[in-house]
Amino acid sequence: MPNDHDQEHAPLAKLTIQGAVYETTLTKKFLKRKPWAPHDPRKIACVIPGNILKLYVKVGMHVTRGQPLLVLEAMKMQNDIVAEMDGNVKTICVTPGSQVKKGQVLLELD
Amino acid sequence: MDFFRRKDRLLSGGGTKAIEKQTAMGKLTARDRITALLDSHSFHEYDLFVEHRCRDFDMEGKMLPGDGVITGTGTIIGRPVAVFAQDFTVAGGSLGLMHARKITKIMDHAVKMGMPLIGINDSGGARIQEGVDSLAGYGEIFYRNTLASGIIPQLSVILGPCAGGAVYSPALTDFVFVVENISKMFITGPEVIRTVLGEEISMEDLGGARVHAETTGNAHFLSSNELECFHQIKDLLSFIPWNQSRRSDPYPPRPPKPKYDIEHIIPSESTKPYDVRDVIRAVADNSLFLEVHRHWARNVVVGFMRLNGETVGVVGNQPLVLAGVLDVDSSDKAARFIRFCDAFNIPLVTLVDIPGYLPGVDQEHAGVIRHGAKILYAFSEATVPKITVILRKAYGGGYIAMCSRHLGADFVFAWPTAEIAVMGPEGAANIIFRSEIASSPDPVAMRKLRVAEYGEKFANPYVAAAAGHVDAVISPSDTRKFLIHAIQVSTNKSECRPAKKHGIPPF
Repeated sequence: MPNDHDQEHAPLAKLTIQGAVYETTLTKKFLKRKPWAPHDPRKIACVIPGNILKLYVKVGMHVTRGQPLLVLEAMKMQNDIVAEMDGNVKTICVTPGSQVKKGQVLLELD
Repeated sequence: MDFFRRKDRLLSGGGTKAIEKQTAMGKLTARDRITALLDSHSFHEYDLFVEHRCRDFDMEGKMLPGDGVITGTGTIIGRPVAVFAQDFTVAGGSLGLMHARKITKIMDHAVKMGMPLIGINDSGGARIQEGVDSLAGYGEIFYRNTLASGIIPQLSVILGPCAGGAVYSPALTDFVFVVENISKMFITGPEVIRTVLGEEISMEDLGGARVHAETTGNAHFLSSNELECFHQIKDLLSFIPWNQSRRSDPYPPRPPKPKYDIEHIIPSESTKPYDVRDVIRAVADNSLFLEVHRHWARNVVVGFMRLNGETVGVVGNQPLVLAGVLDVDSSDKAARFIRFCDAFNIPLVTLVDIPGYLPGVDQEHAGVIRHGAKILYAFSEATVPKITVILRKAYGGGYIAMCSRHLGADFVFAWPTAEIAVMGPEGAANIIFRSEIASSPDPVAMRKLRVAEYGEKFANPYVAAAAGHVDAVISPSDTRKFLIHAIQVSTNKSECRPAKKHGIPPF
């Protein structure tokens, strides 16, 4: 049997459930869980990994909700990424040709 | 003679060089695997002389022995099994149409004859030269995996790469076995991930044995070498029946080992941990417990044991991990196991010590409602004998979900340490006496008082026993006796349900 690394002998920790504090071990998955953050419409984040093909906007430009900001090529599809709100382009974090990851911020409005 | 010449040529698979390569990777050949797995001299091979029919890309005239897969029947501990083993030494074990047809033929046999099917996967994937015919082959296998589900046990053994569409045959089967450093499963490999996404990841980190045993839950059994893997398969087959019309073979009854003292496993304080597997070993024949999904979603424990020689499936909350809560993964794990037991006439014993569901935005957003519902569905749907033992905490929704009387448990026993209540004393006191605690000159002392009061009144098995939700409050040392008797009297249990095509479980 393969050894369980530290899994089965993890140190005891505390876990609160409905007011009671339990002594127990925690799993890797539990420890790695991401804290929830509210969605910020000013930050345009990448939803699928791919490449930036084209930028439609420049820093300082005013954009309206629904206006295309850039083209993200992913899974052989060219996707227009649009503004979720009216605002001005504050920063652009990518250039045409950039390879981008899921979750990476591409552009910020204010 | 022509016969011997032809046969010898085919039996040597991909030839000396390819076999040397296979051995250098730490892998046995397909033929050696079958020999090691089955009872000696029991293997009978079919379709050795099958040839591919591809005429494109210079494939005409290319001889692929057995078309890269060995199929046949044999026995394991005297029980019949159907086996196929992909031969990586022949065209990388790639799957062409005739290769697939050999597999589907042996699958059809397994279903007709009512014997378990064991598939040994070691293949580079689709045989590109055969184009859509190769895809047809996969589809025909998936279709049969689905139709055979619940009729015969289907075991998948991943002893090499199993990538792309190929992964879905194992995923459709009942038990998947993986071996460290040998098994690799993924939909898109590291190469594609690097070129398309720019992310560097090794094959092992992406879809190695440990990943599937610990993280994804795709694999049920993890071992460190092929021979250990074959032992696990034999162990499993000793517990489960050949097909859905039979019961598991009984074994000679054996008492549990004295080192597991059932009276001294559970700490009296309900917030202290212990290993629920010690309770299982304290009641099981010879203290033998075959754990399934040992490394994944460890806050619930599932597996097989024998009671007085009869196989039973056990589902137990594990207070040692995440306090034994139910969450997305543990619900999936338990539900699937329950459905396997129900399909194959294996009685279920449920050991309850659950504080509730795991709180958190991540759980809610991961769909703990939908996943948690699977446990309710699986327990309610099951018509095999269902016996529940409440060891300690049984709070709220967790109490209902863990095969309570209300989901159709046939027998519900509780230890004197059981606390069957809508929630634990701390949570309940905080709600019921909120204003009283807040307005008290000493809120801390008042909370303590009310927690103790609630605990005294409700954190016990007697309220539920008074209502008939619990059939008997028993001392821990009587547990095995009560379980054996319950299994004995439920031997002829029959529970009729209205006829339907099938239910719609919350997949």
